[in-house]
Amino acid sequence: MDPSFLLVQSLSGLASASSLFVIASGLTLVFGVTRIVNFAHGSFYMLGAYVAVTVVPWLLEIDRSPWLFFAGVLISAAVVGLLGVAMELLLLRRIYKVPELFQLLATFGVVLMVQDAVLKIWGPVDIPGPRAPGLRHGVEIFGQRFPAYELFLIVVGPAVLGLLWLLMHRTRFGVLIRAATRDREMVGALGVNQALLFTGTLFLGAFLAGLGGALQIPRVSASAQMDLSIITEVFVVTVIGGMGSVTGAFLAAVLIGQLQAFGVLVFPKITLVLVFLLMAVVLVIKPWGLLGRPEPAAGRAALPEGILSPRGFGGAERALLGVAVASLLALPLFGDAYAVKVATEVLVFALAAFSLNFLVGNGGIVSFGHAAYFGLGAYAAGLLVTKGGLPMEPALLAAPLAGGLFAALFGFFVVRLSGIYLAMLTLAFAQIAYAVCFQWVEFTGGDNGVVGVWPSAWASSRHVYFYLVAACALGAILALRHVIYAPFGATLRAARDSEPRADAIGIDVRTHRWLAFTLAGVAAGLAGGLYAFSKGSIDPTMLGIPMSVDFLAMILLGGIQTVMGAVVGAAAFHAIKDVFMPLTDYWRFLLGASIIALVLIFPRGLGGAWGALRART
Amino acid sequence: MTMAFETLTRRGALAVGGGLAAAALVGLRSPRAQGAPIRIGELNSYSRMAAFSVPYRNAMQLAADTINRAGGVMGGRPLEFIFRDDGATPGDAVRVAEDLLTRENVAFIAGTFLSNVGLAVADLANQRRRLFFATEPLSDAITMAQGNRYTWRLRPNTYMQTRMLTEAARGRTQRRWAIVAPNYEYGQSAAANFKRLIGASIPGAEIVAEQYPALGRVDAGATVGALAQARPDAIFNVLFGPDLTAFVREGNTRGLFERRFVLSLLTGEPEYMIPLGDECPEGWIVTGYPWEQVEWPTHRAYVEAYRARFNDTPRKGSLLGYVTVQVLANLLNRANSLDNEALVEALRDLRTETVTGPVTMRGIDQQGTMGTWVGETVLRGRQGGMRNIRYVDGATVMFPEDEVRAARRSA
Amino acid sequence: MTLLAAEALNKRFGGVVAARDVAFALSAGEMLAIIGPNGAGKSTTFNMVGGQLRPDSGRVLLGGEDITGLPPREVCRMGVGRTFQVAQTFLSMSVIENVQMALIAHAGRTRDMLAPTSRLFRQDALALLARVGMEAAADRPIGELAYGDVKTVELAIALAAAPRLLLMDEPTAGMAPRERARLMQLTAGIAREEGIGVLFTEHDMDAVFAHADRILVLVRGEIIAAGTPEQVRDDPEVQRVYLGTTGVRAALRARRAHG
Repeated sequence: MDPSFLLVQSLSGLASASSLFVIASGLTLVFGVTRIVNFAHGSFYMLGAYVAVTVVPWLLEIDRSPWLFFAGVLISAAVVGLLGVAMELLLLRRIYKVPELFQLLATFGVVLMVQDAVLKIWGPVDIPGPRAPGLRHGVEIFGQRFPAYELFLIVVGPAVLGLLWLLMHRTRFGVLIRAATRDREMVGALGVNQALLFTGTLFLGAFLAGLGGALQIPRVSASAQMDLSIITEVFVVTVIGGMGSVTGAFLAAVLIGQLQAFGVLVFPKITLVLVFLLMAVVLVIKPWGLLGRPEPAAGRAALPEGILSPRGFGGAERALLGVAVASLLALPLFGDAYAVKVATEVLVFALAAFSLNFLVGNGGIVSFGHAAYFGLGAYAAGLLVTKGGLPMEPALLAAPLAGGLFAALFGFFVVRLSGIYLAMLTLAFAQIAYAVCFQWVEFTGGDNGVVGVWPSAWASSRHVYFYLVAACALGAILALRHVIYAPFGATLRAARDSEPRADAIGIDVRTHRWLAFTLAGVAAGLAGGLYAFSKGSIDPTMLGIPMSVDFLAMILLGGIQTVMGAVVGAAAFHAIKDVFMPLTDYWRFLLGASIIALVLIFPRGLGGAWGALRART
Repeated sequence: MTMAFETLTRRGALAVGGGLAAAALVGLRSPRAQGAPIRIGELNSYSRMAAFSVPYRNAMQLAADTINRAGGVMGGRPLEFIFRDDGATPGDAVRVAEDLLTRENVAFIAGTFLSNVGLAVADLANQRRRLFFATEPLSDAITMAQGNRYTWRLRPNTYMQTRMLTEAARGRTQRRWAIVAPNYEYGQSAAANFKRLIGASIPGAEIVAEQYPALGRVDAGATVGALAQARPDAIFNVLFGPDLTAFVREGNTRGLFERRFVLSLLTGEPEYMIPLGDECPEGWIVTGYPWEQVEWPTHRAYVEAYRARFNDTPRKGSLLGYVTVQVLANLLNRANSLDNEALVEALRDLRTETVTGPVTMRGIDQQGTMGTWVGETVLRGRQGGMRNIRYVDGATVMFPEDEVRAARRSA
Repeated sequence: MTLLAAEALNKRFGGVVAARDVAFALSAGEMLAIIGPNGAGKSTTFNMVGGQLRPDSGRVLLGGEDITGLPPREVCRMGVGRTFQVAQTFLSMSVIENVQMALIAHAGRTRDMLAPTSRLFRQDALALLARVGMEAAADRPIGELAYGDVKTVELAIALAAAPRLLLMDEPTAGMAPRERARLMQLTAGIAREEGIGVLFTEHDMDAVFAHADRILVLVRGEIIAAGTPEQVRDDPEVQRVYLGTTGVRAALRARRAHG
């Protein structure tokens, strides 16, 4: 290949890197100060683009000057910055005290609401933005034509980096941001107006996301899918760079930009997975990213978020549980076919959510990619039935095995990390599994998946299959619950509470976490297998990020500190979705709003609310 | 949305002038449909793919109202569609389909947009022995390798549309081809069909570069650079939506399309042409829907009614929705039964006069012969369009019968 | 007999020498204190013995067996219990559950997925709590206890592994003066009764001179003096670089009080 082509290709990579960095720097700043992983950052990016395609053409009507174009871009970014302030004042401010995971869930609620709000305001048709006056042309570089606007973008990244450096080192606000990133408690102790600092940071973060979106309008049209397509990539950049490190984000963005620019030449088909492979490799080698620091150990001991000393069921609860199980089992007698179908799904999700809470609530291992084991279980079962020609029974045995096997494989690396980096590595592995299922068309059927995954003849009626699912799911849930009360479960809680103490009394923390991860994978795999036979097909959405987020939402709604909360959460989540979906095209908005409402009203989930009620009486 | 839709409907009903009066006159002679309504479940990605599916739903409503005013179907019963969002994932869609079949008591189901959703619902229909009229999903698999007795598809599939384009390239001399397609089933299968078919039109054609950017995430600069590097004479494009806009802009600036012949799937459909705006490239050979140039009287009447009622121009989705209802009404009249086995039998080789001309549901692969338009892109003012258009009847580009038999036997 | 022997331990962090040829020995039933100014290498030495750090060179022998570089959990299984400068307990659990957990770990039953945890080793745990005088608080959540009591429970947790050697990193840090004396006396009593060797670091000179059998003085990673409290107190080098006049006074006061 001739060198001029390689140069131009690497310039393309730099232009993408610049855009990515501008957005990622906002996310990393917000995380550094507030410790909130803001899912809504992608929404700010999308809003930046939508506001810009509205404002900029209007300005260009006045005069087609480059200055007005860039003024429009900055106005759009500022508008989005103000939306960030609104989000901080109306939502985040009320939930700084609630566990970090709930904040994450709330920001995801914002994502859903913004998606539908954008559809409502701007309509479903993509809106192309105007090109930048004066930068429409191409520039000849060694005989290759390169867009002038992208040359400009290449400059923007380092310029933003420089401005941020000045801000961080030359202003009081910036110094506070750096201090808060390093030690949040210290800033509180210094008597700094924390509320103002957080509001300011959210403005800055949203401004940068909006700027990133507005700068894209000469290249891509504003569309309602922009948010989720950017957010995973931005997560990857911030994690590879090290959460909280702006310079790290810059390096990571450059790395990813180049990887993609040259990746498409070598592996044109696996671009989906390249960045996640890179993230997995970086995290395995450098557990805190390129320039990140280990989370400072909490100075004072704080009660862990999750299951505390689990108590057995009280008399009232025993009765309640008995009634619940009895009415569930009697459902086929009085409910219609659809009710049975929904109950089957709720049971499947209850098992998946319970297995996730076994990790999150009981072990303090926050997995963002639990759907991987659910989906791989479904694939194992589905492929054995359709391609292997086996009947349902052995396929249903293979599902938990596959879930457990992959959980053991991925978990081996996952348990070496902790906190947000652990969560991101689980996400990376889940995306890799997703990409393999998506891309390996000959074997997995690609994104179409495989159909014809139906139960054996004896279990093919809805009612019989319902009882089969009920037996498997309830059995597995009770078994996992038993483990929580057994020494293994206690050991996981011990390691979560204090790793040094656990280590000092002779517990091999990693091995126990690895076992727990595998066990949760087994349970999730079983749930996936049951799900596949209830749907009749398998496809990659079963291991996608939205599915993982659904599981997280379920356990958070239910309350991660209660043993049975996950089951309640699964039922509640499914019910909300089932009620809203037929009502309106904008059901995502309602779903998001209910999630936020639940976080605000029951900051410890429905299970937590029940616990509080019980404590009071 | 539902509310907005209803207001629109009412306003539209008042606004329709002559057409409505004519219908009312007809109504005087043969009273409006009265018997128990025939309920048909319609599930589609109304939330995720609104740009396509909302015009589609509007047109279905329009067609159903027109038919009901004219006396309904099966001797006077009105058609009623129960519209549901399919959540754009197979898991949600299968549950919604079950809901429609069991709780909403629909006669059968229709719809879906995404191929994986369509396939999952098709398999459910097969399992439950209920008719599924797939309207929009393009995947060849629905009527080929994974086809089943209960699933019928109306829209010309990926193979048919690709073949329309490769046949339009007949007589060209460009031998070095580059392919760019979104990295999922539709893109992969269009690329595979293209590789298979291009040789028949241009002997000695070879593929010199292939790019498969992730759907919705095209890195346009890198992709355009990689394609240009291979120095192709011609390009086969399968990108659409936001990916297409980004790709075309980058390609225009970098001169990728200069002196290159381009075949492009679906680009002429208003759904994808409108967002391109003044970036619309000139001289690409595309499949599409140049509704304003279609002169057939029935088609013009439908366009007028649509514009009057919705105050919007029709999209490809509108046409599909309208034709779907026409075919289904004909089916119900012909079968005169809601028994799904009878319906399936009645669909076999059912011929319907529609606003796009006659459409036959070919029995051998259960694929409709609805065609589409092929033409050349052109920029008119600040909006792209098509010229030198030609309607290609789907019947001329169907899968060869022996291939169908081979594929469906293994299913 | 020698229970613990450190032989020429060295550790560097970048260019900084944290330990240079540190060597000492500790007998069963003996209390050995490591003192020195901040940054002298006390914690480094401590963590090399406990397994939290691996020395660059040198050996750590426990009862004649080489334990150099073993991870903490292995060191624990060899019979070493430890407490931390900032108490480390399982906050979600009650006092007795903390001790039960340590007993479960000691019995190697952490992977047991069947037995009900709450009933395992409850009597043994109560006995351990009684040894340290905390049995009355057995069923209270450990987070509710006063800090001194938490430290006392931590001692019970460390004893659950039936250790031959106790490592105590600043055992009385953060405690009220009266509590300190009580904890140190308790520790010394248990150590002598059961022949457990105790290695501890401490800032509180009263505690050191009152309870240590021998003292090591560490400055800039090197042992500058070692011996009985009297020898160390009278060492002019120690007085010059570390103790100063206040330290000497504390040492004298301690001897008078306990002597």
